[in-house]
Amino acid sequence: MDFNYTDEQNALRDTLSRYIAKDYPFEARRALAKSAEGFSRAHWKQFADLGLLALPFPEDFGGLNGNAVDTMLTMEAFGRGLVLEPYLATVVVAGHLIRDAGSAAQKEAILPAIAGGERMLALAHYERGARYEVSRVDTAAKADGAGWKISGAKAVVLGGNAADTLIVSANTGKGISLFLVDSKAAGVTVRSTMTQDGGRAAEVRLDNVAVGQDALVGAQDGALPAIERALDYGIAALCAEAVGIMAALDEATLEYLKTRKQFGQPIGRFQALQHRMVDMVIATEQSRSMAMMAAVKADSSDAAERRRAVSAAKAYIGQQARFVGQQAVQLHGGMGVVDELNVSHYFKRLTMIELTFGNTDHHLGLFSDTLLAA
Amino acid sequence: MDLNYTPEEQAFRAEVRTLVAASLPADIGAKVKGGKRLAKDDFVRWQKALHAKGWGATMWPQKFGGTGWSAVQQHIFEEECAEAGAPLQLPFGLKMVAPVIMAFGNQAQKDHFLPRIVDGSDWWCQGYSEPGSGSDLASLKTKAENKGDHYVVNGQKTWNTLGQYADWIFCLVRTSSEGRPQEGISFLLIDMKTPGITVRPIIMNDGEHEINEVWFEDVKVPAQNLVGEENKGWTYAKFLLGHERTGIAGVGRSKAALKHLKDIARKETSAGRPMIEDTRFRDRIAQVELELMALEITNMRVLSAEKEKKAPGPEASILKIKGSEIQQTIAELQMHALGHYALPWLPEALDPAWQGEPVGADYAAPLSGHYFNYRKTTIYGGSNEIQKNIIAQMILGL
Repeated sequence: MDFNYTDEQNALRDTLSRYIAKDYPFEARRALAKSAEGFSRAHWKQFADLGLLALPFPEDFGGLNGNAVDTMLTMEAFGRGLVLEPYLATVVVAGHLIRDAGSAAQKEAILPAIAGGERMLALAHYERGARYEVSRVDTAAKADGAGWKISGAKAVVLGGNAADTLIVSANTGKGISLFLVDSKAAGVTVRSTMTQDGGRAAEVRLDNVAVGQDALVGAQDGALPAIERALDYGIAALCAEAVGIMAALDEATLEYLKTRKQFGQPIGRFQALQHRMVDMVIATEQSRSMAMMAAVKADSSDAAERRRAVSAAKAYIGQQARFVGQQAVQLHGGMGVVDELNVSHYFKRLTMIELTFGNTDHHLGLFSDTLLAA
Repeated sequence: MDLNYTPEEQAFRAEVRTLVAASLPADIGAKVKGGKRLAKDDFVRWQKALHAKGWGATMWPQKFGGTGWSAVQQHIFEEECAEAGAPLQLPFGLKMVAPVIMAFGNQAQKDHFLPRIVDGSDWWCQGYSEPGSGSDLASLKTKAENKGDHYVVNGQKTWNTLGQYADWIFCLVRTSSEGRPQEGISFLLIDMKTPGITVRPIIMNDGEHEINEVWFEDVKVPAQNLVGEENKGWTYAKFLLGHERTGIAGVGRSKAALKHLKDIARKETSAGRPMIEDTRFRDRIAQVELELMALEITNMRVLSAEKEKKAPGPEASILKIKGSEIQQTIAELQMHALGHYALPWLPEALDPAWQGEPVGADYAAPLSGHYFNYRKTTIYGGSNEIQKNIIAQMILGL
């Protein structure tokens, strides 16, 4: 075990921390969230220049050969900055999916394009009826000549509004398969929607969308393990993002306790509030430990070990994030519930993180069920 | 950063496991695993067995006979000891008075006391709390009058864990009433055989004699038993409490207790089904396991960072708070897993020599008492509320 970051990782942290502080101020972010696309292509270009979009990919495909700890550091900083760009959708989920399950030709076509900031992707997997159940897919793909015809509907596809390419999961009779689908293809309807935290998602409908055999990603009928793995990378990344937000909320709240005066003294003098603040800090540190574990285990080749760790982290951090978010609002009093202060935005993002890729109940259930095995 | 154990750490674990299995007397392991009452001799035999292998004080610096292990190695050792059913190495000598003697004691004190702690010759108990001084420790009243070559001590200490076995007690005493209460406190080492000392049992909520009160009536203590300087004892006292908190996370023991809980939940049934299949109960086990997983990593993060700074910081308070809460929750779930059989009280079943028929399962008898007893964990070592004050002041600057 080693709790130290490498020199490269320390450099990455410093770069990100400077970037967020300087180039991602809260007021500009607030305006960006209300813009048509909901994020900035200029920022995306900067991410490419900083190498962030190339982080997890092999060097052969223009990548930096990073690991999930690098992603963790990135997402932690993005949490603090409340970054709106679809990094999670494009690089973390879709990027890992293509890296791990794509053919050589698909990797060649897609990974360098992601790394260069030229192409955005989104995994269109979850469906309304399935809720958080990853193995349930009603969207169907039927063999049609040399290719496939896909029909179905995908729910709240993160980053789906901006994706050039959707990775669509579909039932192919004997299992689940994945297909690359051009978001502008005939029969694809992308209905963009704002999310509560200022982000963007899309309701995606597919009506007899024709794709070729070369659109198939990974094993026909056998894509479920690849989807689970990519989503686990996404969950580990969300955990890290949550920790970044929790740390930022702790700092903001502590500062507020020291400066806000009532009854003639800083409210941080009151023991009831001091102890609440301590509970927030403990929740954040414990969450940081779990986010580290999730990151390290996300790279594990043992799928059962990986899934157990990721569900543990998501279930735990979901609860702690809810606590820290709610208490940060409470300790800020009225200022905690207004739009002009970043506290309410952090709180909303934390809340949406808890609901993304399986909520606390879902992952506590998955983790709890592993206790049944000897 | 990598949270996986390296091949070297895995080899170290195997070595520790083998050595602990070979060194731990079988009867002691059986008593610990069965929740039986432990005698003084059980603790002493285990300490002597570890000492014989050079592992009597693994947490000490090497120059005093410690092992110089990393935080991860220390964690592996504690985990393996707990898993094997080894008794707790009592902290009063090893983790409380020893670090104070190392840091503030004179050479004669180091030479005399430290070897006798590590080889199990001396049993120490603590003399901090008083009936009127709990969380407000600095208000303590036990008085030591300086008579030149000796002190005369009068007063009363309480909550002296296993003090009935103690050869020595380390005491905070008042040597001055000038200035702030913290400024008149001294740190004395007192031989429990000194005339004028009376030990009286306090029976705990589980019916057991674990703690005591100790009375001092004109007790003569040689001046050479003063640690450091007179009236500087508060500094040493805080230093000691920092060391106490680091061990207090109890991750290894809680992992063993969690395993025991799962075993019980597989054996106990509800409507004919194992309790582990009861989703509502299983989720409660899962929830405490999440807390423990997080604490295991937090514990090593804090201890690794402290190793570089050489002394425990206020972060240790986090470990104390979470560690004690987890211990209590596991104890509570163990009791609840028993259902009806949480009710019978059979103190005789805790006697290792008892041959009677168990009421309910053979693991049932100690569990409810353990739950009641473990309410102490959020109170001792500085209550969890005091720990939060420490974090608020020392880390957060509130």
